[in-house]
Parts: sequence; structure tokens; C-alpha cells
Amino acid sequence: MNPAIALATAWRVLRQLRNDPRTIALLVAAPSGLMILLRYVYDGSPQTFDRIGLSLLGIFPLVTMFLVTSVAMLRERTTGTLERLFTTRLAKLDLLVGYALAFAVTTCVQVGVVSLIAFGWLGLDAPAGLAWVLALALASALLGMALGLLTSAFAATEFQAVQFLPAVVLPQFLLCGLLTPRSQMVDVLRWLSNVLPMSYAVEGLARVRQGVVDAVLIRDLVVVTGCIVLALALGAATLRRQTS
Amino acid sequence: MTEPAIAVEDLVVHRGNRQVLFGVSCAVPAGRVTGLLGPSGGGKTTLLRAIVGVQRIRSGTVTVLGRPAGDPALRTRIGYVTQAPSVYTDLSVRDNLRYFAALTSGADRIDQVLASVGLPDRAADRVDELSGGERARVSLACALIGGPPLLVLDEPTVGLDPVLRRDLWQLFHDLADAGSTLVVSSHVMDEAARCDRLLLLREGRLYADDTPAAILRQTGAEDLEGAFLRLASEQAPR
Repeated sequence: MNPAIALATAWRVLRQLRNDPRTIALLVAAPSGLMILLRYVYDGSPQTFDRIGLSLLGIFPLVTMFLVTSVAMLRERTTGTLERLFTTRLAKLDLLVGYALAFAVTTCVQVGVVSLIAFGWLGLDAPAGLAWVLALALASALLGMALGLLTSAFAATEFQAVQFLPAVVLPQFLLCGLLTPRSQMVDVLRWLSNVLPMSYAVEGLARVRQGVVDAVLIRDLVVVTGCIVLALALGAATLRRQTS
Repeated sequence: MTEPAIAVEDLVVHRGNRQVLFGVSCAVPAGRVTGLLGPSGGGKTTLLRAIVGVQRIRSGTVTVLGRPAGDPALRTRIGYVTQAPSVYTDLSVRDNLRYFAALTSGADRIDQVLASVGLPDRAADRVDELSGGERARVSLACALIGGPPLLVLDEPTVGLDPVLRRDLWQLFHDLADAGSTLVVSSHVMDEAARCDRLLLLREGRLYADDTPAAILRQTGAEDLEGAFLRLASEQAPR
């Protein structure tokens, strides 16, 4: 790996995003708007707003980075830039780290703005501290990126890439414990929930809401990180220097 | 003659269920412009991909600058321009060049390279605002930025007007005179005469590997188009 090339790649990806102001506006405005909507939908039930609002801070980055990465990587594959990059000294890891850095920066902006609105104006509360919220949101974003990278290998068009979102993300959303506590699910669903990474991000944010920084919270972060590494490794295996 | 820049021995390539190259052997001399000519679908792109090391091959060998094709040491020494311009259309011309310069450890020669491909005042424009021919030249500029000793160019002059084509061929010869080796594919026969050496590839087989003058002499044809027709119809591939 060559840090200068990884940084150049991160810079390039950020420039591409910066040249697309509408996507940036949507990345920030959509979750902010949803958070405001949620606050007033649960106007009479602040506990419910706290529970769902905090979980959403982990779910938004996952969904958005999944979409952005799967489309961006599909473009690299279909426009020939990926093949061209692989004739240069760029290593796979440079590419992955470059994308990860760029999307980490993007996530900080996204979560920063949404947090400002949620904690500063809407009265959302994170007793364990904002640093934990940011850490879990960043982990979710990188998980979304890694899953998007992996699924982009199975999509031939941008239409297909977008359709992978409901296929990959919605089951995790249904089973992550936000709609029904995982302990109340039937065994099969609970087992399924146990192997889906979003469950751990949402569980971690629940700890943050309860103000408990304990082994479970640390374990949740470790599990999500492990899933990022696993998905990235599988995704890297789909990036081939030589193709037929 | 010095050692060839590229030596291909009995190269066989399949893509999917189809055989694309049927035992191609050729040598590309260093410091020259070698034209890879032939009809569309004849295997030109596949041969170029094998040379830059992104094509999986069935059998045979490809040696580039003394190393097997695809060797990591070659990655800083080859500039590859794909047939469809492979640049980032949502970036400016300058940002594209800056990125490819970072990948090739190229010095900051962006303005010089842009001038050499005839785009001196388009650096600030986004690539998706450019015409097809201009995009192709941005893609070429991104390959030139690192000053690689070997340039592999897949139909770099398609869609360009005659003046620009003449200028680019002049640029190719200037680069060769400065010591670079160029392999340039084209399906336009009138470009064949501009090459120092020609490879004629048709249906995955090589029909000629010689200088334009020698090919004319050997076939007795009046021009290279006629020579190619004769080679394709009369002779077994070499």
C-alpha cells in the first residue's frame, strides 16, 4: 500500500462528490428532514423519539454510503477507469482505503449536521456522549460502503445497483431490533438478527441512549468493525487486475 | 537490431466461449511507432489488453520491456489508453490529470501535456462538458502524464478531424524520437502509412508484421488498403 496514492484517491472521490452538489444536499438534507419529521410524528412520546432518532443516526450513514459506493464503484467498473487504474501502480488496498477515507469525511459532515439539528434543536439525548454516536455512525457508514462495494460486483447496471438496497438493507432494518425488540422475535428471526451487522450498530446506539458504556457497547463496535473488514475482503476479491 | 520492447509468442486468448486470438506471435521494436491494424472485432483490443497485462490468457507468452506482461514492475512504465475514454467525467480535466499524475509518480507537467494533445485552454472544464474527441484526448493526456517508456493506445484518433489526427500522429512520432515505444491500434487504413511498422490482425490471426514499404513491395499493391486485402484473401496467416 502507498499512502500517497490512497490519499490522492480519497481526494479524487471527494472532488467527484463536491462536483455533485445535489447529492451532497440530499445526503445532508434528507436525514435532517426525516429527523425533524420524526420529532413531530412522536410529539407526544419523547422516549420513542429518543429511541428511534438515535438508531437512525446509525442507519442513515449505512443506507447512504451503501448507495453512493455501489453506484460509484459500478461506474468505475463499467466506464473502464477501474481497468485503467489496475494498469497503474495503484494497489487494491489504496483504492479501498481511498474510498473509505473519502466516505468517512462525508459521514462526519452528514452526522455532524444531523446531530446539530437533533441534539441542539430537537432535544434528542445521548447520555453516553456524542463521541460514541459518531463512532457508531462512522462504523455504520463504512459498513454501508463495504457492502456497497461488494454488491456492485453483482450489478451490471445502475438500476440493478439501486435495487440491491432493499434486498441488502431492508431485511437488516426489519430485524435490527428497532421495530420489535430482538429478544421478542421467534428463534429463527433472532438468529438471523444475530448474524446481521446492523443489529449491532443499533444495539450499540441503544446503549448510548441508556448512558451505559460497557462491554456490550465495545463488543458491538468490534462486531461491526469485523463485518466491515469481512465485507471489504470479499469486495476486494471481486476487484480483479486480470479479467477474461 | 536491439531487443524488442514487446515480444509475443504463440498467444492464445479465449473470451467467454469464443477464441479471440489464435497463436499470435510478433515483436514490437523499441523507440518506434507500431500500428496494429485490422477490422473491428479482429482481436486488436484483446492483444493490447494482453500487452498491458489485464487480459487473462490461455497459452503463450507476452514479454514487455524484458518482463512478463502484468509484472508489477511494469505498472509505472506503461501508459494505456482504452478505446472508450476512461476518465472521470464528473471531474475537471485538470483534476483528472492531477489524479493520474499521482498514480504514475509523474511530475507536474499538466499544462505541457494538455498543450501537446491540443487542449491547452480546457484544463478547468469538466470532462462531461467536452466533445467525444476532446474526451479521447483527455484520456490520452492521462496516459502521457507520467512520461512512460511504453504507450499502448487503442484507437486514439477515432472521431477526430484530419488536422487533429495529423497533429496527434506527429506527437506520436515526436515521443518515439524521444525514445518511447508506441503501439497504436486503428481500423482506418490511411493511418497505416504513418506507422514505422505494421501488424495486420484479422480474425485473431496475424497477416503481416513488417514495415509499410516492405508490405507494399511484398504484395505488389498500390496502397496499404490494397495490400491488406491481398494478404487477407490470398495468403495463409503467418
